[in-house]
Amino acid sequence: MARQAQERIAIMGDEAVALAVKQSNVDVIAAYPITPQTIIVERLSEYVANGELDAAFIQAESEHSALSICVGASLAGARVFTSTASQGLALMHEIVYATSSMRVPMVMAIANRSLNAPLNIHCEHGDVMPERDSGWVHLFATNVQEAYDLTFIAFKLSEHSDVQLPVSVNLDAFILTHSVEPLTPISDDDASRFLPPRQPLYSIDFDNPATFGTMALPDTYMEFKYQLKEAAERAGQVYPKVAEEYARISGRRYWYFNSYMADDADAIVLVLGSTYGTLKAAARRLRESGLKVGVIGLTMFRPFPENQLVELLKNAKSLIVMDRAYSYGGLGGPLYMETLAMLYRNGLRVPAMNVVYGLGGRDFRLDEAESVLKMALDGARRGRFDEHVIWWGVRA
Amino acid sequence: MSSQAIFYKTPKDLPREEWFASGHRLCAGCGAGIAARLVFKAIRGPTVVVNPTGCVEVSTSCYPYTAWKIPYVHVAFENAAAVASGIVEAMKILNKKRGKKLHDVIVFAGDGGTFDIGFQALSGALERGHNMLYICYDNEAYMNTGIQRSGATPIGAATTTSPAGKVIPGKQERKKDLIAIAVAHRIPYAATASISHPLDLVNKVRKALEIEGPKVLHVLAPCVPGWRYPPAETVRIARLAVETRYFPVYEVEYGRVRINIKVKEPKPLEEFLKMQGRFSHLLRPENAHVLEALKKAVEENWERLVKLEESGVTL
Amino acid sequence: MSAKKIVEPIVKGQFTYRDLPIGAMIPIPATSLEYKTGVWRTRQPKIDYGRCIKCLLCWVFCPDAAIKRLDDDSVKVDYEYCKGCGVCETVCPVKAISMEEV
Ligand SMILES: Cc1ncc(C[n+]2csc(CCOP(=O)(O)OP(=O)(O)O)c2C)c(N)n1
Ligand code: SF4
Ligand code: SF4
Ligand code: SF4
Ligand SMILES: [Mg+2]
Repeated sequence: MARQAQERIAIMGDEAVALAVKQSNVDVIAAYPITPQTIIVERLSEYVANGELDAAFIQAESEHSALSICVGASLAGARVFTSTASQGLALMHEIVYATSSMRVPMVMAIANRSLNAPLNIHCEHGDVMPERDSGWVHLFATNVQEAYDLTFIAFKLSEHSDVQLPVSVNLDAFILTHSVEPLTPISDDDASRFLPPRQPLYSIDFDNPATFGTMALPDTYMEFKYQLKEAAERAGQVYPKVAEEYARISGRRYWYFNSYMADDADAIVLVLGSTYGTLKAAARRLRESGLKVGVIGLTMFRPFPENQLVELLKNAKSLIVMDRAYSYGGLGGPLYMETLAMLYRNGLRVPAMNVVYGLGGRDFRLDEAESVLKMALDGARRGRFDEHVIWWGVRA
Repeated sequence: MSSQAIFYKTPKDLPREEWFASGHRLCAGCGAGIAARLVFKAIRGPTVVVNPTGCVEVSTSCYPYTAWKIPYVHVAFENAAAVASGIVEAMKILNKKRGKKLHDVIVFAGDGGTFDIGFQALSGALERGHNMLYICYDNEAYMNTGIQRSGATPIGAATTTSPAGKVIPGKQERKKDLIAIAVAHRIPYAATASISHPLDLVNKVRKALEIEGPKVLHVLAPCVPGWRYPPAETVRIARLAVETRYFPVYEVEYGRVRINIKVKEPKPLEEFLKMQGRFSHLLRPENAHVLEALKKAVEENWERLVKLEESGVTL
Repeated sequence: MSAKKIVEPIVKGQFTYRDLPIGAMIPIPATSLEYKTGVWRTRQPKIDYGRCIKCLLCWVFCPDAAIKRLDDDSVKVDYEYCKGCGVCETVCPVKAISMEEV
């Protein structure tokens, strides 16, 4: 497949997602506005209103209904997109679980924002974490280009016959949704080749009448949930194949995570979302002065890429897991707890600490990233950390 | 049905096909079961049903048993109108883009899923104008969870959360006026029907399907354990509801009210009430005031409809 | 695929998760016909064909589609599914149906 050279453009994260959706042969879009996702749905409604996108755009009267509309449309055989954040995702919660358990493919962009209260519109991953156990595939972008690319990958993965699961593409509120970054789009032709019109495995059809969304009693319920477990894990196996196919048309290769010099690092910092870029820049500086630090930015949070992470972490002498979310009354942030479980059951005795940071959009600057990396180095040198969890920068 | 063609004149005209099959687990004598059977006899071609959580759902789609012969979708309790909206719009765009066969979309929802928790989704769907027929089978309480009150429970009725107590004798609030609310969305067609008048019901279903846009049909469907009567009486009780003016059968077409069953000489409301355990306390002297309140609500509603019909105003 | 094929393994408890359809959907219609609700019955309707005027009202009102309408518009109780509610008895205009103890 000949790749057509594409020009670089400057674009906001929200707009980049909307552009990807427009190029994805989408049929139905249903959403409800919430900052900082609004630009995504505004652009999409413009595309439809101007005849640039042949799709149904439905602004629902709530997020609960928006996702419900998407479920109905996807069962009817449409390629479906929605987008939300924060309270909107919380309001969808019930249907988030129904979507994955009914095995309904769709893509949702989540503009990760804190969850009320106190009311706050800024970046946090505390909105998507309650959906962690739902069976959705959760992908995280570290920059605008990734948010764009992952949207295509998400559609393909979602509809794959071995997967049949909804997929979320997470992008940090404002940091990615509203910042203008360079983007190299793929051509419409390449997009269409990668994502031809959806061909559903089954759909609502009078000539083959199926009953969707049944009640299951204890005699079959666990088996249906086991199917979901298997499908979610299969998504992890299918993902690199889809990513490879995307690499052939885009030249950009996606993996379960981004990593910067983690292979030979003594001290590693693991993170989700845009902070990967900040940490990477800080790590580059420290590497220049010979300090063996590395950074991993997880692209795929669900299914959790255990084997690949273990491979990368097995020689590390210390690990800091950064969480932009917290489990109150629990042992730390969700990524940290997952990572601890992974280390333990794989026999890795690497000292690990949790840095909880940036809640409600609190800034996390380059110099702070450098401090965290140095803290990780200190842990590597001493073979331990003094604390399990620290709340970065909190006035305690 | 005066203005439109009548599709079914006698029971013989009803199709033999059972789109809603035997083997479902609704109670013996269930009014909602009668409603479901009749409604889906009146489909006119490819049709999909969306059914929220409730008695009909749990009794007709319990894996591995489905009573449905047409495509059926259940997702949750409060979102049937939204799920249906998505199906309608998907069918439309897929028909245009890839030639997918268009389907009529019928929602079949309980009163709880309509008057209460599904109310917002219904209003949103009506406002957006999707081409669907929304049918509420009204048994006047949350039956599936054990007969709790709903916004459709009438004043005075005892439910498990509005019991006939010594101080508070049953539900104290009036029934919501679903059709008035639906009509306030300026939809082309809204109507009531009772399972006791099957030809009126099926003709309304069929007529509504012929009209483009959102339509609402409110169907009275008595419930054996919820209303507390012997199962054989389901149809008789539904008929008494009509004959006492308790449940007026009317339609609102493009805002014009037409009472389809003129009840010139109504039977005493007590005839309807005394057959049902949920109202038994109303016939005791100490609760005469509640009985009066219910009678007043019934009479006011009837007179309002008569006035609307006679004046010919457009709602 | 037949209704039996979907229902039987569940009833017998002989299946694994691999045998079940995706997302708990039921891929074919009316599998409920395998669920014989006739066993619920404590009373049952009997039709007196001498009286029956073939008005079809019992067929119209049966909540369980357990009154069959035959080609000549005569009616017949399907005891596999009849739950014995007695609705047919009360709607029959000529008292051609009577409920009997089973
Ligand atoms: C969000 C949510 N809340 C509560 C329930 C529990 N629930 C299931 S069915 C039902 C009542 C249904 O009432 P109605 O819509 O009138 O139908 P019916 O059972 O009377 O036929 C309730 C409360 C639920 N399934 N989902
Ligand atoms: S409880 Fe009432 S509505 Fe529910 S199945 Fe029984 S009779 Fe029908
Ligand atoms: S008794 Fe009830 S279930 Fe049996 S045939 Fe008569 S109406 Fe149908
Ligand atoms: S209702 Fe009575 S008269 Fe009418 S068909 Fe049935 S048995 Fe015959
Ligand atoms: Mg109810």
